[in-house]
Formats: sequence, C-alpha cells, structure tokens
Amino acid sequence: MRVLDVSHLRVEFGTEDGRIFAVKDVSFTLGRGEILALVGESGCGKSTVAMSIPRLLGDSNVTIGGSVRLNGADLSSLNEKEMQAVRGKDISVVFQEPMTSLNPAYTIGNQIAEVIRQHQKLSRQAAKARAIELLELVGIPDAARRLGAFPHELSGGMRQRVMIAIAVACDPQVLIADEPTTALDVTIQAGILDIFRRLRDTLGTSIILITHDLGVVADIADRVAIMYAGRIVELCSAQDVFSLPSHPYTRGLLGALPARAVMQGGRRRLTDIPGFVPPPTTDPDECQFAPRCPRATAECIIRRPALELVAAEHEVACYHPGPGDTP
Amino acid sequence: MTEQPVLEVTGLVKHYQTGSRLGGARSVVRAVDGVDLTIGRGEILGLVGESGSGKSTVGKCVSRLTTPTSGTVKLLGRDISTLTRGQMRPFRNDVHVVFQDPFSSLNPRMTVGQIVMEPLRQHGHGNRRERIGTAAEMLERTGLSHDIRSRYPHELSGGQRQRVALARALVLGPSLVVADEPVSALDVSVQASILNVILDLQADMGFSCLFITHDLSVVEFISDRIAVMYLGKIMETTTRGELFRDPQHPYTQSLLSAAPVADPAGVRNRDRIILSGDLPSPSEPVTGCPFHSRCPIAIEKCVTDVPPLAGITAPDHLTACHLVTAESGAPDISAPINSMGGTPSVHNAS
Repeated sequence: MRVLDVSHLRVEFGTEDGRIFAVKDVSFTLGRGEILALVGESGCGKSTVAMSIPRLLGDSNVTIGGSVRLNGADLSSLNEKEMQAVRGKDISVVFQEPMTSLNPAYTIGNQIAEVIRQHQKLSRQAAKARAIELLELVGIPDAARRLGAFPHELSGGMRQRVMIAIAVACDPQVLIADEPTTALDVTIQAGILDIFRRLRDTLGTSIILITHDLGVVADIADRVAIMYAGRIVELCSAQDVFSLPSHPYTRGLLGALPARAVMQGGRRRLTDIPGFVPPPTTDPDECQFAPRCPRATAECIIRRPALELVAAEHEVACYHPGPGDTP
Repeated sequence: MTEQPVLEVTGLVKHYQTGSRLGGARSVVRAVDGVDLTIGRGEILGLVGESGSGKSTVGKCVSRLTTPTSGTVKLLGRDISTLTRGQMRPFRNDVHVVFQDPFSSLNPRMTVGQIVMEPLRQHGHGNRRERIGTAAEMLERTGLSHDIRSRYPHELSGGQRQRVALARALVLGPSLVVADEPVSALDVSVQASILNVILDLQADMGFSCLFITHDLSVVEFISDRIAVMYLGKIMETTTRGELFRDPQHPYTQSLLSAAPVADPAGVRNRDRIILSGDLPSPSEPVTGCPFHSRCPIAIEKCVTDVPPLAGITAPDHLTACHLVTAESGAPDISAPINSMGGTPSVHNAS
C-alpha cells in the first residue's frame, strides 16, 4: 500500500545570483512500513526533497512544482493551517543537528507534551504519561525523572532520542529523518538505527532516511534512491544497489568506499570520480553525470536519459547501464 | 628492534584545567591519561576512537602544538616533550599536521602558492625562485594543476583545499605527518581521491603517519597498525589484519559490531551489540578500567584495578583488559555473566 507518492517534484530557489535548481525532477513512492534511503553527496538535493515534502521551505523565493500525495490526498492543495495539522501528526521530521533542533529554554517533557497536545485532545496528565511512554520507547532510562531535564543536560545521542520521541509522538505515518546519525558516534548511531527499525516493526511507520552513508543504507534500508544533481539516477532495492549497481555514478560511489576495497582484497586504489558536481544554476537537457562518466557517448549529451526499468523494481537513468568494470 | 622508531610516545598525559580562575568549580579534564605509542619508519598508525576519547589531543602533543602534562614524546630519538617554542623550531622540519577542516586551516589572504611556500620560507630553504619551483612540484604531486598557484583558498573545493593542506605539510619532506581526520569533512568520492593521494605520496616519500579518525572503514583501509582509544587511554593496539580478525577488547568488539558496513548480506545476518549509555565525562575521575561503566561483561576487578596494556595472546597484540587470557583469548561480550556494567541489547537484525 502506498502511503506517500511524490511525483515530478521540482524545487527552485530564487537568489540574487539567479535561479538555483535544487531539485529538478524527483518521483518516488513509499509503501507502508517501508524504509527508503535517499542517498547522495553534498548538494545533490536530498535534504531539499526532505524539507519540501512537509512544506518546510517557506514561501519566499521558492518555487515548488509537482505533487506530493499522502494516502492519495494532494498536500499542495492544503493551506498553511491545514498543513499545520499534517505536520507532526501524519508526517514528521528528525533533523541532523540534535544540538540545535531542541528549544534550550524548555524542558524536554514540555517539548514532547506540546506536540501531543497540539494534535490530540489530551489532558496535561495524560500528555505527561504519554511523554514518559515515548521516552521509554526511544530507550531513555529513568524516563519519568528525565522529563524535567533541559536539552543542555543531555548528551548528543540522548537529544537525538528526544527528537525522535517528539517526531513519533502522534504515531506519524511517514517519518522523514535527515542525516539523523551523522553527528553521532558509531556506538550511539547503532542504537538510533535500532529505534527506527523497531518503529517500523511495531508501529508500521514508513521512513524516508536521508543519508550519505552507504553503510547505514546496508544496515536498515529496504529501497534506495541514489541522487545526483537534483535527480534520482538509480532506484532499487537495498540488496541490488550493492550487488547489481547499474548507474556509473552508483558504481563510482561504491568503488570509493574504503570498506569495500578492503573486502575485495586489501589495500588497493579507490575509484575516484574525476571532475566536479555541476553547478545547480542550470538544468540542461543532457545527462549531468556525462562529463565525469567513463561510459559517456554522444547520445548522453543530446538528450537526458529517463529513469527506466532495467530489471524487476530496479530503475536506472542511463543509456549504458549495467555491471562490468568501467573502462 | 633493529631500527629506531620515528615516533616513540611513553606515558603521555595531558590534563586541561576547566572553569574560571576567579572562583567557582574548577575541574581537571583528563583528555589523555597515559598513552604509549610507537610508529616505525614508513608506517601508518591509525588512531581510532569516538569523540572525546582524546585522539586529537594525542596528535596535538605529538606535533607539539600543545605541551604534554607529563610523559615523553621522542621524535627520531630526541625527546621533544618539554622543548620551548624556540627550541622546537628546528624540529618542525620533521613533523607536520593536516587538519580536518580545510576551510579554516588555510590562510584566506594567501594564495595557494604562498601557502605551500611558507614552510620553506620559514625554515630558510633556498632562494625565492627555488622555493617557487619546489612548491609547484609539490602541488603537482598532490594532483593539482600548476595554474592553481595564484588562486585563493575560497576559490577551491573542499578536496582541492585538502590537497593544498597536504602539499604544505609535505613540502619540507617531514619524517612524520600527523593527519587529524583529514577526510572526515569530505564527500565519499572526494574522500577516496584524497586517500589515494596520501597512499601514493606515502609510498613515494616514505614518511610515517599518525592517522587520526573516527571512521573504522577509513582506518582499516589506510593503516598498517591500529590503536583504539577510549577515554584518554589505549584499549588495544595491533596490526590491521589482526585487529579486524581477532578484536579482543570488549570496546573494540562493540565498536566493530556497531560500525555500519556497506554490505547488506553480511550486516543483516550478524548479531549486533548495542552498548548502553554514553561515554563518561573525562572530567570525572574513573576507577579501574575506563570502559567498565558500559562494558557488558565487566567484573568486580574491572571497577577497582586498571588493566595494563599488555601482549596477552601475542607480543604484538596489546590489549588492556582483565578478561583477555592467554588460554581462551578474547572474552565473548554477547554473553554477559555477573555484569557490573551496563546491560547491552543484543539485536539480531535478520
């Protein structure tokens, strides 16, 4: 069952120096209880996709095209007040920075209860009880006492757990997590990923996980969308992305991972992708990876390849997809 | 020992005073609390640990950007731990640093050429023309084209800046390079190219390297030997292959278990050990083993006695743990018995 349906999403920012095409054309669906990872390097537009789904980008100087449907209902037709009711209840977000996303002036109990009382008619007492329950769900020991703690009294891992507690307070159908573990140490990261896994298993939450870390993808994602220069270039299962990567960019990313180089026979050269990411100021009708691509032909710069099926549930936007070593 | 090590650190301690000098609570942060390290000629030692473990402070003490509280740091056999700034100056030929953030470690008002020439000028190498030539050659060896010399740091990408920082560190041909998280701020594809350059230049120039990182996959890729740090102390040190084949210390075991690996088949079928709790504060004194508060199999002895870093199963595999024995080797941390520490959750992901 489809919970979320994003189709031809396009986000442009107007700046003093001209237009920035942050997201050029992104379409994907998210099933119930599914974890979809959006993967890409800095500037590929993955965070902009995350922010534009709950319409957190504001109105000034932003043009958003395409549609986002939640259970079939188009979110772009909602006004700001109706959108308020969706945010935090049906769709909620966990941001990367647990240090700055909590309000330093309120206790964490207050901040969790605020979300609950915003969306549900609960008494203060009931909201407090629910807050304790949520803190226990995300693995904070001694939850009842911690309600009175201020954010500065907690470690980074604990704050991120509080952020997740706030995000899941109203049992959202879709949880968007933007690099939720990037600022955390690996032993803490493992605990946070475990919470996501449990949320999916127990509540059936659908999760969009924005990350640059393919290790995290291997760990918990069901499906993966690889993004490059504002577009999805490969969309497939988490298994396929590692066993049958087809887009040259995906293959390049995997070749750049030190861990895989070690697995495949010791210390050898990593694949580096020559050249640079194109500036987001233009959107030409060509494959934007072509200048860096070892397989590029004349065709690639005449017309942009569309995302097409190469195997069951495996889409690639490339005229020369497939395995095999790059020349 | 047939050859003198390039770096020999013994009993290194660095404590910082915190709090106001005008009253109020003052405390001591034990950033580094007794570290021993040796790096041989042409060897890359990976120093791995989580934030707050003191790994960067070790790097700063070794490169004498700060003065150790006690202990000795021998660079090519000479103790540099108590030298003054002036006395240290001639030794700076031999140890250079590459920092994490290429956006703040380059002077924004100098051109790339000037940045790379600066160490040569400071140490009085050659005349201006020769220095320009040496700098240009060094930039080329890090994979930058020569026309980059007249550019300013803000015009460069993160990867290019890190190459400039590398060229600056290597232009004097140091014996030791301290690389403090040199690729952590970079995207994977750029990170790969910088790691390649470091390995190529290392093979070429033969410098030794203290490579500080929190990323296990990077440390596994680049190191000859690895030292694992926790709360100011070395928990385990051995060769790269041995550490990943037979991690002995419970902390090393949980660190390897927690690290995500880009291989779904391998990851999802293993038992994962998730540690409870956080890194204790380095300003609160810890008795016994620094890891005992989170160790799933800690016994009473771990709370009272500090385990020495010793080669229990093999002379070149040093571990600081009471539970590693010569007969049965590393303890099994997924089977806690009479635990004094935190209870972990063992999660089978499949």
